[in-house]
Formats: sequence, C-alpha cells, structure tokens
Amino acid sequence: MSASHASEFPVPLASRRSATGIPTGRLALWWVLASEIVIFGGLLASYIMFRLHHPHWADEASHTNIWAGGFNTFVLLTSSLFAVLGHQAAEQGDGAKAARFLRLTVVGGLVFLGVKAVEWRGEISHGFTIYRDLFWTFYYTATGLHGLHVLVGMIVLWLVAGDAARGRNLHRVELIGIYWHFVDAVWIFLFPLFYIAR
Amino acid sequence: MSAEASEATRHPNYVRVYLTLLVLFAISVLGPLLGHPWVTLVTAFGVAAVKATMVAAYFMHLNIERRYIWYLLLTMLAFMGLLFAGVAPDVLSQGGQNWRHVRPAQSAAPHH
Amino acid sequence: MAHAQQQSFWSRYVFSTDHKIIGLQYLFTGMFMGLVGSFLAYVFRMQLAFPGEPVPLFGVVTPLHYNALVTNHGAIMIFWVAMPILIAGLGNYLIPLMIGCDDMVFPRLNRLSYQIFFLSTVVILVSLFVPGGGFGGAWTAYPPLSASAQYNHTPWGAPLWLIAVALEFVAFLLGGINFVTTVMNARAPGMGPMQIPIFVWMVVIASIVFMASVGPLVAGAIMLLFDQLLGTHFYDPKAGGDPILWQHLFWFFGHPEVYVVLLPALGIVAEVITVFSRKKLFAYKTILYTAFATGIISFFVWAHHQFVAGIDPRMAHLFTITTLIISVPIAEMTFAFIATLYGGSIELRTPMLWALAFIAEFLVGGVTGIFLGANATDIYLHDSYFVVAHFHYTFFPIAIIAGFAALTYWFPKMFGRHMNETLGKIHFWGTIIPFNFIFLPLFVLGAAGEHRRIYSYEHFSQLFTPGLQNLRVLATVALVVMLLFQFVFLYNFIRSLFAGEKAEENPWKANTLEWLAPSPPPHGNFAEMPTVYRGPYEYSVPGRPLDYWPQHLPN
Ligand code: HEM
Ligand SMILES: [Cu+2]
Repeated sequence: MSASHASEFPVPLASRRSATGIPTGRLALWWVLASEIVIFGGLLASYIMFRLHHPHWADEASHTNIWAGGFNTFVLLTSSLFAVLGHQAAEQGDGAKAARFLRLTVVGGLVFLGVKAVEWRGEISHGFTIYRDLFWTFYYTATGLHGLHVLVGMIVLWLVAGDAARGRNLHRVELIGIYWHFVDAVWIFLFPLFYIAR
Repeated sequence: MSAEASEATRHPNYVRVYLTLLVLFAISVLGPLLGHPWVTLVTAFGVAAVKATMVAAYFMHLNIERRYIWYLLLTMLAFMGLLFAGVAPDVLSQGGQNWRHVRPAQSAAPHH
Repeated sequence: MAHAQQQSFWSRYVFSTDHKIIGLQYLFTGMFMGLVGSFLAYVFRMQLAFPGEPVPLFGVVTPLHYNALVTNHGAIMIFWVAMPILIAGLGNYLIPLMIGCDDMVFPRLNRLSYQIFFLSTVVILVSLFVPGGGFGGAWTAYPPLSASAQYNHTPWGAPLWLIAVALEFVAFLLGGINFVTTVMNARAPGMGPMQIPIFVWMVVIASIVFMASVGPLVAGAIMLLFDQLLGTHFYDPKAGGDPILWQHLFWFFGHPEVYVVLLPALGIVAEVITVFSRKKLFAYKTILYTAFATGIISFFVWAHHQFVAGIDPRMAHLFTITTLIISVPIAEMTFAFIATLYGGSIELRTPMLWALAFIAEFLVGGVTGIFLGANATDIYLHDSYFVVAHFHYTFFPIAIIAGFAALTYWFPKMFGRHMNETLGKIHFWGTIIPFNFIFLPLFVLGAAGEHRRIYSYEHFSQLFTPGLQNLRVLATVALVVMLLFQFVFLYNFIRSLFAGEKAEENPWKANTLEWLAPSPPPHGNFAEMPTVYRGPYEYSVPGRPLDYWPQHLPN
C-alpha cells in the first residue's frame, strides 16, 4: 500500500480484514443501498397506493413532460455507462482514464439536474405547484429526493475523480460507480411511475 | 483459467449492454403511446424491471458478486411488498369505513 | 503507541475514533438522557397523584406541559436511552473486543455517527424550551395532531422533535452499517459464525432489522415534515391524504423497533447467565435461529397497534394471528435461558441478579402482551393504563434492568476497577421492588378503564374515586423511592471509577475475547491479535482442571 498523503489516519487492522471475501468498502455499500431501497420503497409504495385510490391522478400525470423525463432517462443511462467504463479503467490501473470517465459522469449528472430545473420551473409557472394536488406533492417529493441523491453522487464522483487522476484510492471508483447505478435504477422506476403511466 | 479470461468475464461488453438498455428504453416510451392499459403496464413497468435488473447485474456487477447480496437486496424489496400488502387495504378503501362492509345495517346504530 | 499518549484531551476523548471512547460517549449520553427521561416521568406522575399541586423542582403542570412531558419521556427513553446504551454504546465498546480486532472497520464513520447522535440530543433538549413548548403529540406523533400547529400548539416543538428523531435515525443507520460490516469482515481468524458470542449476533440482527424497518418511516417523516413546514397534505383526508398511512409507516418501524432493543438485551442476559452459572449456553444454535426468526416475524405484526384505528377487520384478524405467533420464539429463548441456569453453579453477583430479574420481569410483560395482541381484548384495553403497564414491563427490563446488568458486568473491563458489591445489591433491590409497585397498580387502573395520556382524572368522576386515586399515589411514591435509590448507583459508579478495587484482565473467569485484553483495553485492544479455537460458552467442560476454556487458548 502506498502511503497516501492526507490520510495520516492510521487504518486499523479491522478495515483490512475480509472474512467474507467481499472488500469492506463494497460490503458496506451494499448495506447502504439496502437501506436506501426501503427509503425509496416506502415513499413509492405510498405513492402507488394513493395513485390506485385516486383515478384522477392520471389526468394530473398527463401534465408531466414525458420528453424531458425520457431525455433524462437517456442521460442517466449514458452516465452510468461512463461510470462503469471508469471502473474498468481503474481496474486496469489507468487512473487518468478513470478520472476522465468519472468527470463525464458528473457532466451527465449536471445535464440531468439542469433539465430537471427547467422542467420544475415550467411546471410551477403553469400552476402545477406542490400544493395543486397530492399527486404533485408526491411528484416533487420523490423527484426531489432522487435529485438530492444525484447531487450527492456528483460531489463524491468529483472527489473520487480527483483522487483517481493522481492514481490514489482507485478502489473507490467502483464504489461510487455502484452508488451511481443505483441512483440510475431508482430513476428507471420513477420515470414510468410519474411520467409514462397516465 | 488464465488471468485474461477472468478479466474478460468480469467485464462484459458494456457498450452492448448500454445499447440493449437504450432499445428497452425506447420500447418503454413507445409502448404506452398505443394507449392500451395492458400494453402500458407491461412496456412501462415490466420493461423498467428488466432494465433495473440489467443495470444491477452488469453495471453493479451483481452477477459476479456473492449470491447473498442479491438475496439481501431482494429481501428489502420483499419487505416493501409486505408493507404495500398490509397498508393498501386501508388506504385504498374509503377513509376508515371498513367496519361497514361486514354488517352494513347494524354498524350504523350507535353503541352507547 | 507512544503517539497516543501525547494526544490532547480533545483528540483523545472528544474527537476520538477509537471504538471504546465512542462507545463510552454513547453510554454516558444515554445514561444522562435516562436521568432526563426519568425526571419527566417524575413530574407527570406527581401531577397524576397530586393533581394541580406544584411539583417540587418543576412547578405547576399545565395540560400542554403534561402532553410534552409524556411525549418526550417516551421518545427519550426509547431513542436516547435504550438505543444508545444497548446498541450503540455497548455494541461499539464490545463488538471489536469480542470478535478480536482492534477497531470498527470505519472508525471515522463511527465518530460521525456519534456526532450526529449528539446533535440530535441537543435538538431534542432544545425543543423542550422553544416558544410554545415541547411537542405534545405522543411519541407516535399521529397526524392530524402532529401535522399542524393549529392543533398541537407547538409550531417549533413539533418540527424540532421530528428533526431530532430523524437525525437519530441517521446516526443509527451509519452505526448499524458499521457494526454489520465489522462483524462480517473483521472477525479474528478461526471465529466462524457459530463461534460469535450471542451478544454480538443480537446487535447484528438488531441493526439489520432496524435498517430494514426504518426506511419507510424516514420517507414518512419527510412527508410529515412537509405537512408541518410547507403545509402539504400527505396526511390530510380533506385533500386526498390519509392519516392512517402514517400509523402504518410508524408501526411498520415501531414494532420491529421493540425487537431491535429487546435482542441486544437478551444477548446481555445470555453472556451474564452463562458466566455466573458456569454452564454452557443451552442450545446456542436454536437461540441464534430463533433470534433470526423473531427478527423476520417482527415485520408481520405491526398493525396490532391499530386495532381501533378503523383498519380492515380481516386484516386485524391476520395481525392477531401473527402477533400470537411471535410470542413463540421469545418464549423459546426464555426457556433456553432457564435451561442454561438449570443445574448450574449459580453465583448471585450483582450482574447475575440483574440478569435473573430481567427474565422474571420480562415474563410479566410478555404474558400481558397476549391480551393486547388479540384484537377482541385489545379493543377494550387499547390506550388504557393496562397498555402502559404492559410495555413498561417489557421496556424497563430491556432498557434499565439489562442496562444495569451490562454496566455492572463490563465495568471492570471498561474502567479496570470493581464496583462495590454491597452497594450494588442495595441498588438492585431498591430498584426492582419499587419498579413492581409502580406498574402493578397501573394494570389495575387500566383494567378499571383508566385511559392513558390524560392530564388529570379530576374531570372523570368514575375514575376519581378514592380507591383508584390511592393506587395512583402508590405508583408515584414507588417511583420517587426508586429514583432516590438511583443515587446509590451514581455514588457507587463514580466512586468505583476512581477508588474501586483494581480488576485484573478476567475477573469473572469468562471465555469471550474481551477478557483477554487488559482492563481497560489500550488503543488497539490486544497486545497480540487473538486467534479463536472454540465457541464462547465452554464452561465446566469435563476433564479440564479449570471450569472455563477461553476462546483464544490453543487446544
Ligand atoms: C423510570 C420509570 C418510568 C416510569 C415511572 C414511567 C411511567 C410512564 C407513564 C405513567 C406513562 C404514561 C403517561 C400517560 O399516558 O399519560 C409512560 C409513557 C411511556 N413510557 Fe414510561 N416510565 C418509565 C420508564 C420508561 C422506560 C425505561 C421506557 C422505554 C425504554 C419508557 C417508555 C415509555 C413510552 C414509549 C411511553 C408512551 C409515551 C406516549 O404516550 O407517547 N418509559 N411512562
Ligand atoms: Cu407491536
């Protein structure tokens, strides 16, 4: 292990053991995702019940912008491809290439949030605010919570890319990638739930 | 198995996976345009499930991860199914009027 | 590690990443909050016994005070006492020691977890003093009362309370992920799944159950916070929302949460009774599988809290059945503990007294729970003092009795000194006897129809009879006696920290790995990292000169 600069922090023996064969960071990440599944799961399960209970929500849903949502699905899928190519590069020891791919992923996140912002602005200016109907309350809450995850992912991606460019902590490229794919997978469900089904 | 071969199995052709995902994505947008409820259900949500599974299997590498990680994540999803099954009967029926369904005539009479 | 000696007070005790220091931080915060929670109980119990009289150290209790006192008493006792002491405090301190490694796998995440928890503690305490006073909508925070300041009159108290609880969840999610990953990956060589001490298993199962059940409530809390602060209508039936949804989200977490705190308490009892009866734990594997089963079944019972909420009666029947089923694994574990004691060389040291008391008192809680789990009887008993007495016969053993068992048992390891036995026993009897005198009368009151969360019974002539009022006074006097005896503990604890008899590494002659480390263990825990050769409960093995066989000794 090359002594990395800022981490004067002495890594305990515990962090280097791996009784399961799964590296500790990745194992912990799976637990993080498990706990995220139930957070989004609880919100979306509530939404689906309400949706089935209120037939008029289909009319409300027809005011969401399917093209904006669809474009964003495309953007996230593409950024996921970059993230996984970054991981492949990191595994081959090419930190500079990994960093390039991660930064492209960040750009994907930026585009996603930009589209989202334009979308929200349009909806709010047409009177589809969070107060208009419970459908819209769910819409802003769910896409907002997801957007927050995108934002956090972008920040971490940026930090990991900075490290990777200097050849440090390359194993983290995979970890942030897995997180990013999870955020992508959540969107894969948000898209039909809030945009397509009407 | 040589190191190169295992390297190849570890990394599937990501671009091909990506293109498959894009095709599925197109189906999920176009299918619902037909306006048929069942087609919508299958193309929107069925395809979403397939897409999410592909992302999990190939991009998150769950297909080469220990099996029990799949089970862990699926268990969490199953708990959400349980939550839905337990809560939906209440939320879906008219606000708190469940007791009426049993014997409509009597429950109208006050207790005290 | 000469370096460690030179660290300042701040980096050693406040911003430390050492699991033992973090564990003690959680432990002391939890003990302090225990005093706060008890004080709140003292104030509202005084009000019930002597309605309208000024309460010493508090003053006259108004109805709004009363609601805030009850709500924050319940929330603090569960989230800021039971959780930090049993899971975060003891879990942090003991897991790396018991599995034979030097720290948690993510020490800095661990520190962050405590810092968030500390912040949540500050927020909940501050929320008691903001304009309008502390939140008074019960620890279950049902809307519409909790959702709108128009109803609860606490425009600041309600959101701050919710934010404090949410922060606490985040802290325990981070901590739980750390615990589970540590136990999965960082065990000493040779420690297979069946060589892990039961306490460690219990904390792991509890952490997983917590993680899986809290998610929907996190989502629900975001929704409630939006209702409170933005004025949205998630739980407002007039606008298409549904207050019952909150009840489901709350109890989908709330019931598993009961087992989240129960399992570690059972783990503590298992460790203590094996050592003080010098016997192998009866049916280790059965206990382990039963604990897993309990964790899973605990997800299937939640709506037994909602029998009178207007839920579908067919669902109520289902939930009655599942609730009665979950009493089976718990009974099974209790029997396994009794079988462990059977024929053992029992030594009634203070920790053992607490552990035995746990089994006896928890039994009362478990048996009375059957009446509440059956929908027919619960429709009468719901929201009465019968319920209050029932769940205190479960929670008090869990949080307080098992907590004292653990503190007295691991004190020599944590601080390198012994606590005083005589004072320990005085404190034990001074706590256990009054405890029963507080809550047995409440069963009677509840059966007589006394509704809970009522500020004063003066307004209910059938309930304000001299007979019933005497029972209220009895319960309150017993509480005051019990609280006074806690000073014995505090005195014993603090005195022993500095002047207790010195303890060697393994004063109880126990098998688990923490007793191999020096008392108190230094940074890094072990002089040489141990290897494990056998399970943790090899006591009185025939043919061996000693009646214990530590896990790290080669054959
Ligand atoms: C120190 C001794 C204790 C006493 C005398 C006591 C007494 C009480 C009483 C009388 C109530 C009902 C008040 C009412 O409904 O008006 C209550 C509520 C409650 N207590 Fe305790 N308690 C004690 C310890 C604990 C412990 C250790 C826990 C849990 C670990 C706990 C958890 C609760 C909860 C969750 C509630 C329900 C609060 C609500 O209604 O929102 N208590 N307590
Ligand atoms: Cu329950």
